Amino acid sequence: MKVKALLAVLFIGIILFWAIEDMPAFGDPQAPATQYTGELYIQSALPDIGIENIVTAILASYRGFDTLGETVVIFTAGISVALLLRRGGRL
Amino acid sequence: MRENVVIRTVSRLAVPFIQVFALYVIVHGASGAGGGFQGGVVFASSFILMTIAFGLSSVRKRLNNRWIVICSVLGITIYAGIGLLCLILGGNYLEYGIIETTLGIPHLHGYLLDAVEVGIGITVMAVMTSIIYDMAERGGESS
Repeated sequence: MKVKALLAVLFIGIILFWAIEDMPAFGDPQAPATQYTGELYIQSALPDIGIENIVTAILASYRGFDTLGETVVIFTAGISVALLLRRGGRL
Repeated sequence: MRENVVIRTVSRLAVPFIQVFALYVIVHGASGAGGGFQGGVVFASSFILMTIAFGLSSVRKRLNNRWIVICSVLGITIYAGIGLLCLILGGNYLEYGIIETTLGIPHLHGYLLDAVEVGIGITVMAVMTSIIYDMAERGGESS
């Protein structure tokens, strides 16, 4: 069983290493991830919002509704843990 | 846990620095690496360290369940309230630019982002501390 697992890990690892060749170089301006919307955000984040941190600008301003949802998810998780554990596992 | 002078002294010294660093991370969100989620977790980690070192009941005296509930609701209320303010001033929900143009204060957009990050930080801190309290309570008194 251990040999099979090791073989599976090695197989997947070799495939992943094989795929590294096709990845774009680090910081390549022609890469798909840095074109289209990425370039647009880099160009317009400072004039639009006026803060230096583009990550925060996207997180809290462009994607503000999404972040509000994330905060509510964390709040809901806290309520759920309190409901489950404070009542001794009884529902 | 047995009385351990080293652990208690070191955590008593470390907790204020952890909390100041957490506030720095939250407030620094607009101009560098930082943000509400990370800062809130760092702030909660100071309470976790206190729970490990001094026991649950002594931490509960400083931050009881009532304050945790108030804080976790307050954070979301700050965030959603800023969004509602944009709606009242005639923009879309969470369209911070409309507040800046209506009130005429420059750079307000960045400050509103800071306020939003503070709200996120308060909620994350309260929820993480609440989860740790519940888990520590389930396993009996941790000290």
